[in-house]
Amino acid sequence: MLKFATKRIGLALVIAALSVTLLFIIIHLIPGDPARTMLGPRATAEMIADLQARMGLDKTLVEQILIFFGNMLRGDLGMDIFSNRPVATIVFEQLPHTLALILSAIAWSATLGIFLGCFSAVRRNSLADRITGVLAVSFIAAPAFVIALYSLLLFAVKLKWFPAIGAGEPGDIGDIIWHLVLPSFAIGLSWVGYIARLVRASMLEIMGEGHVRTARAFGLPENWITYRYALKLAILPTVTVIGVGMGFLLSAAVFAEIVFSRPGLGKLVIDSITTRNYPVVMGSVLVSTILFVASTTLSDIVNAILDPRIRQAK
Amino acid sequence: MENDILNIRDMSIHYSTPRGTLKALRHVNVSVPKGKIIGVVGESGCGKSTLISAIIRLLAPNANLASGAITFDGKDLFGLSEDEMRGLRGTDISMVFQDPMQTHNPVLTIGRQMTDIQYRDDMTMEQKTKRAVDMLTQVGIPDPAARLNQFPHEFSGGMRQRIAIAMALMARPKLLIADEPTTALDATLEVQIIKRLEELQADIGCSILFISHHLGVIAELCEEVVVMYAGEVVEQGSVREVFHSPQHPYTKALLECDPGHIKEKTRNLPTIPGEIPDLVNIPAGCAFAPRCPRVFDACHTQRPEWTRIKEGQHALCHLAGKEAVQ
Ligand SMILES: Nc1ncnc2c1ncn2[C@@H]1O[C@H](COP(=O)(O)OP(=O)(O)OP(=O)(O)O)[C@@H](O)[C@H]1O
Ligand SMILES: [Mg+2]
Repeated sequence: MLKFATKRIGLALVIAALSVTLLFIIIHLIPGDPARTMLGPRATAEMIADLQARMGLDKTLVEQILIFFGNMLRGDLGMDIFSNRPVATIVFEQLPHTLALILSAIAWSATLGIFLGCFSAVRRNSLADRITGVLAVSFIAAPAFVIALYSLLLFAVKLKWFPAIGAGEPGDIGDIIWHLVLPSFAIGLSWVGYIARLVRASMLEIMGEGHVRTARAFGLPENWITYRYALKLAILPTVTVIGVGMGFLLSAAVFAEIVFSRPGLGKLVIDSITTRNYPVVMGSVLVSTILFVASTTLSDIVNAILDPRIRQAK
Repeated sequence: MENDILNIRDMSIHYSTPRGTLKALRHVNVSVPKGKIIGVVGESGCGKSTLISAIIRLLAPNANLASGAITFDGKDLFGLSEDEMRGLRGTDISMVFQDPMQTHNPVLTIGRQMTDIQYRDDMTMEQKTKRAVDMLTQVGIPDPAARLNQFPHEFSGGMRQRIAIAMALMARPKLLIADEPTTALDATLEVQIIKRLEELQADIGCSILFISHHLGVIAELCEEVVVMYAGEVVEQGSVREVFHSPQHPYTKALLECDPGHIKEKTRNLPTIPGEIPDLVNIPAGCAFAPRCPRVFDACHTQRPEWTRIKEGQHALCHLAGKEAVQ
């Protein structure tokens, strides 16, 4: 297990380094000089040269990348030119809000999705299964920002059950959770459908496998077979999908944060793009990328914990 | 009848398939006397696995019982409720399935699976584990206590097959059904397992329904043999009679094709020409007629009858009993 985890984390570091490099190159390939765009049309050549030097834009691309990596390893993501605060500080202020949103969305949608998937699978082709199926597919089809808008209008504005904006009073857990409900609902809903379908499909496949037949032939109770024997296997693809789904959840979080005026990484990216705040854009996209790589790695490790065949693979 | 632990009468099992009704078993009669070992042979696809799935009522969802009844230990199996049936599985009837690579749950340890199946027994975990260890020792798994903590993929196919046998015998069933339990084993291991099965059978006193396409194994282990072809029983009798004077041309062909019977060095291993008929469109008359070397007119039009040859030998052939099939 340790060997598997070490190898997988090593691989993740390589992937993270490559994607950060790629990201860096892409941002620098975008036409237009960041310094010039940031300073606006009335900037003098001197001012531009000065800013270019402060941002390190006068160096070659390779130098810039190396410097960037060197700084990054020290936790330095550069300075925000506008507020004169370190980018890392700004990003890490916002990160917890986004993490809370995404993790809560994964938690509730996976729980409900896995339950619905099992529910459907054991009642295959019954009316209940069909209804669950239709619901699941409509959840999948509904875009997160539409759900966000409508749930805001209905539950926050009209019914006033939940707050409409913000992330809640810092330190007040109850209030924070209260503010989390609607956005988390909005970005998790399609995942409920997705996971329900996935679990149903893998459950049905596994219930037809030889080892389930063996368990039945030994007279094990059907519930036992479903939840202790089959589900343990059926959950594996779901773990992978959730790991990869982090990327989609991050982009869904952008919409939710804007609709609900929540602080967070998504809102930070949008705000800094509109103000052409390159260092902050770079910093927040970088953290998102690392978050994504970390979540796929984590899902692989969880799979290895659940499945000895992966764990012990050479 | 009273001496039979298992009695299958006139059983027909059909599968519904996109092509139509597949008649996998037609009017099959098999009985297993108490304490005896009965062998079932037949080519791939003749319905052996369907037969045993029907006995423990774990047929595929698209299967249905078109006719027949099964009596096990005096109980009408198809008349039992699902819970009553489950009560028999793993206690009075146990099962070794055909494919050892698929038999165990890949994410649970062998130990967990072996103790789980003892869930009905009122014993401590240590006692259950000890029983699992004893059973593994008996089927010749070295260092069983340590291996209980391993997962199925850490065992070879032959070992998994032996574990399956150990699991099936752990409850000391009245009837053991074994679907080709030695196909995954090499020849030496096969002999060992057969010996071990014989010993365990003698010790437990159970009956065994033993499926195989290996005639040598059947001859070694069984007292009686049931020969199946295309979903029917075509010959049945004591191993000695059936092997020495086969009455059905199919049995005879099977015996000739058995590698154990071939004495001279040959380039062409004998095979039965032709293929098993399509079970969706079964030819009228005898199902074996298209491949039969002794076929004559009536075979294509008339169903042969189940004919008694002598005490303890029957065959489904127009020629049976009329003349020796040579
Ligand atoms: N679920 C199913 N649906 C449709 N047809 C099936 C199904 N299961 C088995 N059959 C068909 O029933 C026939 C008998 O199959 P069965 O598995 O009982 O044969 P077998 O004698 O065990 O063969 P083998 O020696 O290869 O294990 C075959 O023609 C097979 O294709
Ligand atoms: Mg079979």
